Amino acid sequence: MAEFKTNPEILQPENVVYKRTELLTDKALSYCPGCGHGTAHRIIMEVIEEMGIQAETIGVAPVGCSVLAYEFMDIDIQQAAHGRAPAVATAIKRLFPDKFVFTYQGDGDLAAIGTAETIHACNRGENMTIFFINNGIYGMTGGQMAPTTLPGMKSSTSPYGRDVKTMGNPLKMTELVATLPGTLYVTRQAVHTASAVRKAKRAVRKAFENQKLNKGLSFVEIVSNCNSGWKMNPLQSNEWMVENMFPFYPIGDIKVNDDK
Amino acid sequence: MKELRLMKGNEAFAEACIRAGADGYFGYPITPQSEVMEYLMAQKTQERTGMVTLQAESEIAAINMVYGGAGCGKRVLTSSSSPGMSLKQEGISYIAGSELPCLLLNVVRGGPGLGTIQPSQSDYFQSTKGGGHGDYRLIVLAPSSVQEMADFAGLGFELAFKYRNPVLVLSDGAIGQMMEKVELDIQKPRFTDEDIRKNTPWATIGKTPDRDHNVITSLDLESIKMEQHNHKLQEKYRLIEENEVRYEKIACEDAEYAFVAYGTSARICQKAIELARAEGIKVGLMRPITLFPFPKKVVKEMTDRVKGILCVEMSAGQMIEDVQLAVEGRVKVEHFGRYGGIVHSPSEIVEALKKQIIGG
Repeated sequence: MAEFKTNPEILQPENVVYKRTELLTDKALSYCPGCGHGTAHRIIMEVIEEMGIQAETIGVAPVGCSVLAYEFMDIDIQQAAHGRAPAVATAIKRLFPDKFVFTYQGDGDLAAIGTAETIHACNRGENMTIFFINNGIYGMTGGQMAPTTLPGMKSSTSPYGRDVKTMGNPLKMTELVATLPGTLYVTRQAVHTASAVRKAKRAVRKAFENQKLNKGLSFVEIVSNCNSGWKMNPLQSNEWMVENMFPFYPIGDIKVNDDK
Repeated sequence: MKELRLMKGNEAFAEACIRAGADGYFGYPITPQSEVMEYLMAQKTQERTGMVTLQAESEIAAINMVYGGAGCGKRVLTSSSSPGMSLKQEGISYIAGSELPCLLLNVVRGGPGLGTIQPSQSDYFQSTKGGGHGDYRLIVLAPSSVQEMADFAGLGFELAFKYRNPVLVLSDGAIGQMMEKVELDIQKPRFTDEDIRKNTPWATIGKTPDRDHNVITSLDLESIKMEQHNHKLQEKYRLIEENEVRYEKIACEDAEYAFVAYGTSARICQKAIELARAEGIKVGLMRPITLFPFPKKVVKEMTDRVKGILCVEMSAGQMIEDVQLAVEGRVKVEHFGRYGGIVHSPSEIVEALKKQIIGG
């Protein structure tokens, strides 16, 4: 892990305008600079901190880029087999119905190998939260085609672009789970601008608050960039995301509960 | 008060799990073990003791639910039959790697592939040598009666928590389906949250200010740490081999020959002993109750007395490899078994003894 050195003269309490949330550990994030995972981690941990539910929260980490989420999130957390996080979380929630339980999964984990677990946890209306980070690629294994890779998009296993005739169409899991009666709140958000982060954080908060209602599963997709997998710099990747990902994966609420 | 009932093996196991204070069952239907979940559902376990019974979307989901529950320090279990157990192997490897306690039941049917729904013992290798990926072992208990189906539920949970290791009850379609008299233990209380905090301080039930966050994982990207973790696991398996060997010897005092058999085969061998002894053949039975740890020393000691050993298994010969390793060539060791769902008759076993061991 890289060591960060900061000039101690600058690091004075009166100079602090932005700091690591208490519920992120001191471990340096393993994510590429510019990747949206760090922001997604941060807003989830901020919400847990603000709600004062650290002692009541159990997380489930996936396999993929965020496999080490358990090292960064200072909560009790389990690391699930690839795609199985919703099954792991189901048992935790059933055994501890009063706890706050969430999974944090990428697109390969949630929408390919874990499709059955995702759909059935949603369909049973498990009273928990699924966070779904969709960057249209397998980042951890080196940029292979994901179930959410856009038509024509290049990846290491679709080097000439995704040909939907032979490789199938990208799967819109969020729209799909919204059709199930077991989901209470389904939304798609992003974390590429300050205003997007604020909206995404409100969605995260609502998803956690919903667990108090015991009325079904809350599903929060965060469309994110993968600058290294997309072979762009962070700025380019965010622009590319807005131009290409957002038209296919439109940002906003898909299913909203108004329960108080 | 203990209670006597006439029950199917699968039902006795389910009832005994409730009484052992189980917190959660996660399963998927497959013949010949579906009675386990059917029984639990009919019992309304949530109302009866607070135990969760959940029908999962697949065997894969079910074993990962077990992972989640076990990671919270709860008494959780799943059951299946051979093809379903194959699907669970990845999850079992994660559970073993993360050192979580849980109870597994395999009511074995004939294979390979979809095979048949009739009883078999052809999952011995899968059960005792690991089964999934990586260097790990399960504690494997082999019941040979409905009573032991019930007894090994409580014993299984006890050993699972003692060693933080999955325990597998390796049964078969005959033991699972047949009805016998069974004496049931009294109801044990389920764990309270205080019990979990005290007895399983590693469990993920919410980080409190007095401790670091708990993490359940089988991952370490630093291979030197993963090797150390493996050393720790191997040390645990050695300890289990030292402390937990269980077996039963029948008619071995004067025996010149011995059967080694477990489960249903051991039951049939008892009849074969009667038939053989009526003909003047002095044969006994060593029945391993733990298949891992295998009673190696007991088998080795038997070679001081007996002239030959017939391994009787409803398989093409799997346990025989452990017997041969223990015997180290001192006496003749042969395999006899019907398989693919066929159960051998006592007279077939006696004939095999005469032909392969005595006359061979």
